[in-house]
Amino acid sequence: MIVGPCQSAQERVEREDLLMFVSACFACTGQREFYSDGRGQAVSIDFLHRYVLGNYRSLYARTLALGVNDFNQALIVSNLLSTGKSTTPSERSLENALVTRALARLPVHRAMHLLESLAKRRVNNRRTRAIIAAFLASPEQRDFRAVKYRRAFRRAAHHAHVGLGGELAPFFQNGWRERVYQTPLLESFRQAHFAESKLYDLPFSIAEGLAAKHQVPRDVFLRRIEPRLTANERLRLQDASREALGKAYAIDEARLSPTKLASFILSRDDREEQRASLHEALLLSTRRAVSRTASRFGKVACVLDRSYSSSGSNEKRRRPLAVALAVSYFLREASREYRAFWTAPTADEVLVDARGATDLATPILDALDWAPELLILVSDGFDNDPPGVAAQVLELAQKNLRAAPLCVHLNPVFDAESFAPKALGVGAVTMGIRAAEDLPTAVALASFAEARASLSDLVAHLDERTERFLAADRKMHEASP
Amino acid sequence: MKTLEQLTLAGLRIGSAQTLGAFRLIPLLRDGAPGDLRIRTRSYADAPAVVTLAGERAAPSLAYTSYVPHGFVIAHTKDGTEATFGATLGSDKQSCRCVNLLHRMVKAERSGATSELRILPLHLAMEGFLALQFGGPDIAWREYSETALRFGLDPRVERSVRGSWLSGFEEALRVFEVAENQVGTMVFVADALASVFVVSHPGDYKRLHRSLIEDFFGHLVYEYALLYPDTPRLETRLDGARIKTVLDLRREVARARDAWTDYAKLLTTGLFEHPVRVERVRTMGPFRLERFAPQFDPERDCHIGERIVREDGTLEYMKTFRLSAAQVRRGHLLEQLAAAGWELDLAARALRTTKDELIKRLVNAGFGYLLKASVLAAARQRASEHSL
Repeated sequence: MIVGPCQSAQERVEREDLLMFVSACFACTGQREFYSDGRGQAVSIDFLHRYVLGNYRSLYARTLALGVNDFNQALIVSNLLSTGKSTTPSERSLENALVTRALARLPVHRAMHLLESLAKRRVNNRRTRAIIAAFLASPEQRDFRAVKYRRAFRRAAHHAHVGLGGELAPFFQNGWRERVYQTPLLESFRQAHFAESKLYDLPFSIAEGLAAKHQVPRDVFLRRIEPRLTANERLRLQDASREALGKAYAIDEARLSPTKLASFILSRDDREEQRASLHEALLLSTRRAVSRTASRFGKVACVLDRSYSSSGSNEKRRRPLAVALAVSYFLREASREYRAFWTAPTADEVLVDARGATDLATPILDALDWAPELLILVSDGFDNDPPGVAAQVLELAQKNLRAAPLCVHLNPVFDAESFAPKALGVGAVTMGIRAAEDLPTAVALASFAEARASLSDLVAHLDERTERFLAADRKMHEASP
Repeated sequence: MKTLEQLTLAGLRIGSAQTLGAFRLIPLLRDGAPGDLRIRTRSYADAPAVVTLAGERAAPSLAYTSYVPHGFVIAHTKDGTEATFGATLGSDKQSCRCVNLLHRMVKAERSGATSELRILPLHLAMEGFLALQFGGPDIAWREYSETALRFGLDPRVERSVRGSWLSGFEEALRVFEVAENQVGTMVFVADALASVFVVSHPGDYKRLHRSLIEDFFGHLVYEYALLYPDTPRLETRLDGARIKTVLDLRREVARARDAWTDYAKLLTTGLFEHPVRVERVRTMGPFRLERFAPQFDPERDCHIGERIVREDGTLEYMKTFRLSAAQVRRGHLLEQLAAAGWELDLAARALRTTKDELIKRLVNAGFGYLLKASVLAAARQRASEHSL
């Protein structure tokens, strides 16, 4: 291994720490995994956040721009806001911009719960108040959020001393007991407490509770609320609608992200009959995702783990397998030449399921036989058939084989004990991955994990990503008025 | 009829181990299972059971009493159909005082064209162990008590531990990745062989994998699981020196697999190296259901168990139980006593000890009730005088 001339030990440690943190931020969601419980995951990732925040604050903030998963974005925002005192004046404006942008980008429910948790933790400083106020004031969303997230909205507004303009003050004071509202949504909310017909103007989650109050039959409710459903709600209610209406809600499968669609496909009982249409949908969705990214690859081999452990946990059902499936489709579209090597061969990838032991060594050897330029492994890093051999095979391949490919191990599972996604030895660079769409980011970051890479390159990359992240925000603002 | 035989894993391959906490589980694989012997569980709910060993069910006779969570129904099907899931004995609303009454350890049941056997797994073997020299002395030596002469060893009691009480076992079973053609598992606790479980068909194994948690284990296993919560993760090192091509790498990986097989064989010598006494219980078509007990030797690890063997020697079903040291000693003592015709002096000479010492050992092993109180008291008296 060659170590760059101008690289001090401190810089190397900093680079490795940062990569470990970013890697963890892609994979960990604080939920239960196959091999570890949710509590352990939460404690472990929380420690990692505190460590990086304490030591590399400015880089910590810029992690928001890399597209790490929503759970970690929310945690970063929350941690930054609660330790505002240690921000240096030069960093302040950048940090504010990042936090504001990240908050706006988060799914609304996560953002609202983040604000509520800030109130619970009594994080109350001028900057936090200003950011909460700006978020809640968003004119086109305000009433909708006030109705859908009543408790969180009220608590955050109260906490941040936000004046409730318009009819929100009486809404939070009297709720549905108020005489009449001028705002249509608030008025529907009020009327829905008395009249069933008004239910169907409300967001689904609010209407569902009121439907129970009016004892609306499930099938009637699900049929009439359909126009109000968001895409995610339609997806979530597939089983419910099939049960009540006899036919599941129609969803435009190709519009889902590849990983989400892969999860959906893996959950279907009728995969066998629908394989052609599901394959087509996944292909379309992947094409769209690939065209959004600029990265293309050469001759790529992919080793994909479909062992029993890729069935995930109750909380993340089949997530590792879904990521593997989506990555396989993604790479097939994005590379010049592509071959997939599953741990147990599968005739049709759409029909893949999680079973068997993890024999990574055999598919790695098959892949090496094919002599690719890039070898991608998607696995949770627990190889057990035979244990520990896959890591050694990768290491020996790097050391002894002529023209060994660059090996990148993408791990969708965070290992709480090692504070990082579990690695497969030193022969492959391990990066956490959340969804197949993050693959170009992960591969780009993996290049900084090599011994030759320097901290300044990594920081430059971060700066560039930050620039793009904030530019997208500006573009959005210019477009909106 | 008992024969001395060596146990084998004929027809099976040994896979590589998966380790979690104290447990190392080594899969046993079978390629191309014919599928003419299918096994399913029959749940007996969470209640103790009384098994009538002879005569009518629930008739007052010799009975085996234990916690029996499930039985196995073994079907010999000629057309390869799966054994269907059958009825559950016992009602839904069981009170805590409910007891299942079962008839015999092995019972033939017929359903249509397939012939079926219902067995109580592991209890069959345990009953064999309990019944060892159960009749007691057949010559009325003076030392033996009235009860021993009249009723033999009755009641004979052994303790075991439920799988769910083994610390970490449930988690180890949960995360274990069942291989495609896996038909069995060898369970090691702190690298001591706790149990071997084999069935005939991979599909059946997938269903029965979790039933291991309802099995019972020896006390030694229970203690090991508590004392050694971490079994070291073993890895075979590949030799990097001679590797130039992918083919070399492949050869090295194959060697690593062989090393695992050898390691598993090394760990299981206690079960497979020494001949055991095999007793045929029943035959069904080409299959023999047998139970076995070891030649008790306190120096070795001893396993009791049961198995089904095809005519050609292929192992189709196996379940073993590792006896704890105390249990091995009890078996050993009973065996030596029986060999000496229950004459204490003769047995003491065979064990290279004194009669008083033998009496003491009998008492410690829990067989004090076989001897007259006066004999025990006299032995104790002599021992205390001697120690003064």
